[in-house]
Amino acid sequence: METAFTPGWGLFGGLLIGLASALLLLAIGRIAGISGIVAGSLFPPDGMRGWRLAFLAGLPLGAGLVAWIAPERAAFEITSSAGRLILGGLLVGFGTQLGSGCTSGHGVCGIARGSRRSLLATAAFMLAGAATVFVVRHVLGGTQ
Amino acid sequence: MQSLVAALCGTVFGVGLALSGMTNPAKVLAFLDWFGSFDPTLAVVMGGALAVSAPGFALARRRTRPLWSLRFALPTRRDVDVDLIAGAVLFGIGWGLVGLCPGPALADLVRGSNEIFLFVGAMLAGILVHRAFAGWRSSRSAVVAEPSRS
Repeated sequence: METAFTPGWGLFGGLLIGLASALLLLAIGRIAGISGIVAGSLFPPDGMRGWRLAFLAGLPLGAGLVAWIAPERAAFEITSSAGRLILGGLLVGFGTQLGSGCTSGHGVCGIARGSRRSLLATAAFMLAGAATVFVVRHVLGGTQ
Repeated sequence: MQSLVAALCGTVFGVGLALSGMTNPAKVLAFLDWFGSFDPTLAVVMGGALAVSAPGFALARRRTRPLWSLRFALPTRRDVDVDLIAGAVLFGIGWGLVGLCPGPALADLVRGSNEIFLFVGAMLAGILVHRAFAGWRSSRSAVVAEPSRS
């Protein structure tokens, strides 16, 4: 499925994501790594569930604000089968815990603080993601 | 105060994900489709985010504590181990299958579609499976280590 390259909106949205990450660190000293915050909201290692749930609740709230104010920016296309959604979800949940982070924790926060672990993890999940799309779309010839 | 700031940050994060198009799985899959309909937007999003977060983290390094809490809770590990890479690869495969990573998946809950509920449910199940796996692994290594202790 083709989507248009939208560098302007991409840059603006990216700046907001970076702002939110920097603010969370400077204000309350926390890393804006979503997979870690999700796991920490289920099993808080420090007993603090409040800030984690508050942050997570903000994500759909923010996306909802955009869908409400700028519905033309809120495209959403998901064509995966139920089986693929379940397998993908399990792998994302398990993999982010085993690998200590996801796109936000490793890709944005980790690289920003110059972590070699995060740089390597980001390269690994991008290569694995691209290889998966290559196999699904161009080897198996499936739709996504 | 901490929860209020966190809610604000989460909301700004969610607005950024949605405005950049990253809450659309089709757009993320197009970024990963290097040999097909490649859409490089995700790289621009990440560049934009780093342009703000990197100076923010540099500023944090010069401060002794955050504004509204006692200390910075930063990861301390430096070693690159098998778990890090294996976990990132497994995550990458799941990401490439559907086009969703944890942030956009949670942000997309607002759409109320069955597909999102199914994915987020499976993602939470994956976190629980890892917790069980980690517990099993540490209990096994404790048993193995026991003879040397006694």
